[in-house]
Amino acid sequence: MITSLPIERRQQALRLMIETRLAEEKIQELFLANLIRGTTHLAIGHEAVAVGTAAALITGDKVTCTYRGHHHALALGMSLRAMMGEMMGKEAGACKGKGGSMHMTDASIGLLGANAIVGAQLPIAMGAALTAQVKKTGGIAVTFFGEGASNIGAFHEALNMASVWKLPALFICENNLYGEYSVWSKTTPVQDIAVRGTSYAMPGVIVDGQDAEAVYTVVKAAGDRARAGEGPSLIECKTYRYRGHSRTDTAPYRKQGELDEWLKRDPIDILKARMIADSQLDEVEFAEMRQAAEMAVVDAVEWAKQQPYPPVEALYADVYYEG
Amino acid sequence: MPEMTYREAVAKALTDELASDPDVIFFGEDVAEAGGVFKVTPGLYERFGPDRVRDTPISEQAIIGTALGAAITGLRPVAELMFADFVPVALDQLANQVAKYRYMSGGQFVVPLTVRAAQGGGNGFGTQHSQCAESWLMNFPGIKVVSPSTPVDMYGLLRGAIRENNPVFVLEHKGLYNMKGEVPDDTAPMKLGESKVMREGTDVTVVASQLMMHRSLEAAEQLAREDISCEVIDVRSFVPLDKATILHSLAKTNHLVVVEEAPHQAGWGGDIASLAADEGVYWLAAPVKRVNMGAALIAYSPPLEDEVLPNVGRIMRAVKSVLTDA
Ligand SMILES: Cc1ncc(C[n+]2csc(CCOP(=O)(O)OP(=O)(O)O)c2C)c(N)n1
Ligand SMILES: [Mg+2]
Repeated sequence: MITSLPIERRQQALRLMIETRLAEEKIQELFLANLIRGTTHLAIGHEAVAVGTAAALITGDKVTCTYRGHHHALALGMSLRAMMGEMMGKEAGACKGKGGSMHMTDASIGLLGANAIVGAQLPIAMGAALTAQVKKTGGIAVTFFGEGASNIGAFHEALNMASVWKLPALFICENNLYGEYSVWSKTTPVQDIAVRGTSYAMPGVIVDGQDAEAVYTVVKAAGDRARAGEGPSLIECKTYRYRGHSRTDTAPYRKQGELDEWLKRDPIDILKARMIADSQLDEVEFAEMRQAAEMAVVDAVEWAKQQPYPPVEALYADVYYEG
Repeated sequence: MPEMTYREAVAKALTDELASDPDVIFFGEDVAEAGGVFKVTPGLYERFGPDRVRDTPISEQAIIGTALGAAITGLRPVAELMFADFVPVALDQLANQVAKYRYMSGGQFVVPLTVRAAQGGGNGFGTQHSQCAESWLMNFPGIKVVSPSTPVDMYGLLRGAIRENNPVFVLEHKGLYNMKGEVPDDTAPMKLGESKVMREGTDVTVVASQLMMHRSLEAAEQLAREDISCEVIDVRSFVPLDKATILHSLAKTNHLVVVEEAPHQAGWGGDIASLAADEGVYWLAAPVKRVNMGAALIAYSPPLEDEVLPNVGRIMRAVKSVLTDA
């Protein structure tokens, strides 16, 4: 059974998904225009995983995620300006320009960091879960990762440790079918990542990652279980990345017609249709929402462009905590 | 003044920090109920309970990653890696995560994390259980590295490390666990970043650490009988490095020998030599001599292990050679 969120929270989820989508489309433009350097990994198509999860979290919960993490940051409440500033390496960016696209971090919203090493964020989230357990905060730690990351050692170490220590932790896999340019079935011998929970004696749940409310429903239930001291869960969200892996990848390796099939189940469309069916939204309101999101993104980009770069002395700041 | 072993000094430092700060927790493989493979930590589990003193699975990446996550969310963890040879098993978490977490977030976190590991050769543990880890870890700004050589320093530096609001690696030399020394009751947590002159001298400065430092003291003692006066400096803190103490000594002796329990290539002795070249070259009366393992690995067989680790004779020869090179 999928839980229906109250109207205000549906509006918020829809707004965040639209904003994220438009922000990432803009990020790609800025990358091609050389205003963003290095690399970007877009999560276009994954938005429901982020907003559905964020809707099930409460203040004090902690999150770690991956280089493909713009949607998580925005869903958790990072401002568009802080994100765009960071993208452009500006002093006013979320990490003062030291992180970039792959390291969106905002401790004030519980986002302990996006990680560029596949799988490394899982054990780090276990530490946050340990703090919650030892200090009895009632909080949980959530870690996002791709299906490809379920083949790296850190994944297995983290699930095992979380289970033996009964940590209040959620492992949320965004199975988007590809790890870089390899379809997951070529690298992974199981049909579903969720079955890997079995080896670690934890529930493994599969959910439609295109449906924000479906994601919310399973994350809320697993979160309640973790908060009650019953231990971690593995949640596999079936999703799809519309764009290539990174940078200018056009994803020539995917099956013909595959993208079109997934586009029919777009996360924004699904929530929008449900709200229209429940008489909570009409096309005019949706267009207004989209327009407001567009303006917010443009504002953030223009603002970020005006911001100064960090002074070169910043290079030597924060290597260590002084004091 | 109470005398205790280096091993007991570790236990006492951990006990005192666990007792004084409820945010301190301690975990590692077999450290809790079994009291550690080197019997360094017996009794902590019984005294502080299963929440704060924990046995972990054999999962070095998870141990370090979990410690990092705990450190940035309000705990002050001490993680044990058992053997320093396991550092490479957890190297991603150490090099890419622990060392960079504060930096790449733009200073959003403090990382009050201590990692302990037993290191060093001389005990027949073979190639994969005898290495020293300083030189590996020094290449990651963001981590501090200390290597205590005596019980009192073990006690004070470990407490100092635990109180430090940065990641600190504390390396314990296996060959010193049974060494006894005085640890005054009022020994306070020590500041990191300070070397110690262990023996004053005028002819040659010998920079060394842990087992090699003790062998250097022995060499100095024997050389004194030949009227050669060595000043022996215990590095204690590799990061940050106490340049002043070394340069000050060099200005006095004009000769420098560095004794490392490590391979020559990219070993920390190169940093000391480059310090002398950069900032002390006008004091040098002879080339700097490094005594170390060369390009060899540690082997199991007694004569082979004896040969690869610098010994008193090699240290004495090096000291004499810098004096005659002049
Ligand atoms: C340890 C490590 N190995 C390889 C890479 C290079 N790499 C970056 S993303 C990626 C694919 C990961 O796939 P998946 O876990 O499915 O996540 P997705 O990118 O699909 O979100 C790879 C191999 C890396 N960053 N870290
Ligand atoms: Mg993937």
